[in-house]
Amino acid sequence: MNGVHDMGGMDGFGPVQPEQNEPVFHEEWEGRVLAMNRAMGYTGAWNGDISRYAKEILPPDVYLGSSYYRRWALGLEWMLTDNGLVGADEFAAGHALRPGEPLKRKLTVDQLETAVARGSYERPARAPAAFKLSDRVRMRNIHPKGHTRLPRYVRGHVGIIERVHGCHVFPDSHAAPSREEDPQWLYTVCFDGRELWGEAADPTLKLSVDAWEPYLERA
Amino acid sequence: MSDHEHDHGHSSELSEMQLRVRALETILVEKGYVEPAALDAIIETYEHKIGPHSGARAIARAWVDPDFRRQLFGNASKAFAALGVPGGTEHLIALENTPQRHNMVVCTLCSCYPSATLGLPPVWYKSAAYRSRTVADPRSVLKEFGTELPQSTEIRVWDSTAEVRYIVVPMRPAGTEGWSEQQLAAIVNRDCMIGTRLPDPGAAR
Repeated sequence: MNGVHDMGGMDGFGPVQPEQNEPVFHEEWEGRVLAMNRAMGYTGAWNGDISRYAKEILPPDVYLGSSYYRRWALGLEWMLTDNGLVGADEFAAGHALRPGEPLKRKLTVDQLETAVARGSYERPARAPAAFKLSDRVRMRNIHPKGHTRLPRYVRGHVGIIERVHGCHVFPDSHAAPSREEDPQWLYTVCFDGRELWGEAADPTLKLSVDAWEPYLERA
Repeated sequence: MSDHEHDHGHSSELSEMQLRVRALETILVEKGYVEPAALDAIIETYEHKIGPHSGARAIARAWVDPDFRRQLFGNASKAFAALGVPGGTEHLIALENTPQRHNMVVCTLCSCYPSATLGLPPVWYKSAAYRSRTVADPRSVLKEFGTELPQSTEIRVWDSTAEVRYIVVPMRPAGTEGWSEQQLAAIVNRDCMIGTRLPDPGAAR
C-alpha cells in the first residue's frame, strides 16, 4: 500500500539526531512491547510480514505521531484482535474474559535462543531465475493495495542486477490473507542516484534495494 | 490515578503507554499465550548479551586476519558463527568500505537492522529523518554525524527491503598499527557498522 511508512525521498522530517550513550530501551514498557511481540511471533499466530503490515495500516497521523515501540504495541493489539486471540471487550476490561485460544507453541525460557535468532527466509527454487548479474531491469510501476516491499521511489526506474540471493519468501503473498510463502527469486538492484533523483542529485550516489522477481521487468 | 494524567505531550504519552502495555501483558498472561519469565529473558538478552560489541569483534578480526576477512566477505553469517556470536544466524552480508567507496545501510519501509548480530537499532536509525533522507541525500545525513567524506568517494546506500541484513566493514584507520584486536574492537562503534561514522582512533585514548 502507498502509506506514510514508505518514507524514502520524503522531505520535512528535520535533522537526524543521534543520541550519546543511548540506552537499549528508553522506557520500561518498550522492552515489554518488544518481548511480547517476539513471544507472540514465536507462537506462529502470524508471521513477520503480517507484523510489518499491521504497522503500515495504522492511520497516517497515528503512524507519524507514534514512537517506534508505540507502533509495535498498536500493531500487536491489531494482530491479536484480527486473529481472534483477544476480544475488544477484553482490551476494554484490561483483563482476560475468556480462556485463551489454542496456539501451536508457547515461548519458554529454554527456547529463548530460537526466539532471538532469526530463521532463514530462503527456499528451494521452483523455477530458474529470470535475471542474472549485470542485467538491466526496470522496477514495475505497480501499486499493490496490500503489503509490499517495493518502495515508491524506485518504481518505474532502471537499475542493474548486482547480486542474486536465491529464492526467498515473497512478502506480498506472505502478508496476504492466504499467508502463502510463494517463494520468488530475490535480487539486489543497484541504481545511479541521478536515475532516481534527477540531474541535481549527488553524482557520487549509488543506491540499491532488494527486490523480488515479480517487482522486475527487463529494461 | 497519578498526577501524570494531567501532564501533556511526551510524559502523558508514556504514562498512557505504561498503562496500556501493562494491560496488554496481563491479558496475554491470563490467556496463557506468553510467560512473563520468557519476556524478562528476552529483555535481558537485548540489554546485556547481544549488542554492537559482537560486530566490533568481527571487524577487528577482519582487520588483522586476512583469512577471516575473506570469510567475512564470502559468507558473513558463517564468519560470525565461527566467532561464536550469539544469534549470528541471519542472512548477513558484509559491505567493504574502501578509499573509493563508502557504504551506508538504511531501511526506508520500516527499520530492518541486523539485530541478531548488532542488537536493537538506535532511535535515530528508526527515525523518519534518517529513513527519508539517506536514500536521496546521504552526505547531508553524514554531516549530521560529523562525518565528511571526499567529494570523489562513491556513497553506496543499501535500502534493506528484504530479509537480507547488511553490516558495514569500515577501513582500519591510520595510526592503529600494532594495536591488539581488543584495542581495535574498542574503536568500532555501532554507527561505524551502519555507515554513519568512521572509527576514531582518538576515542581509545
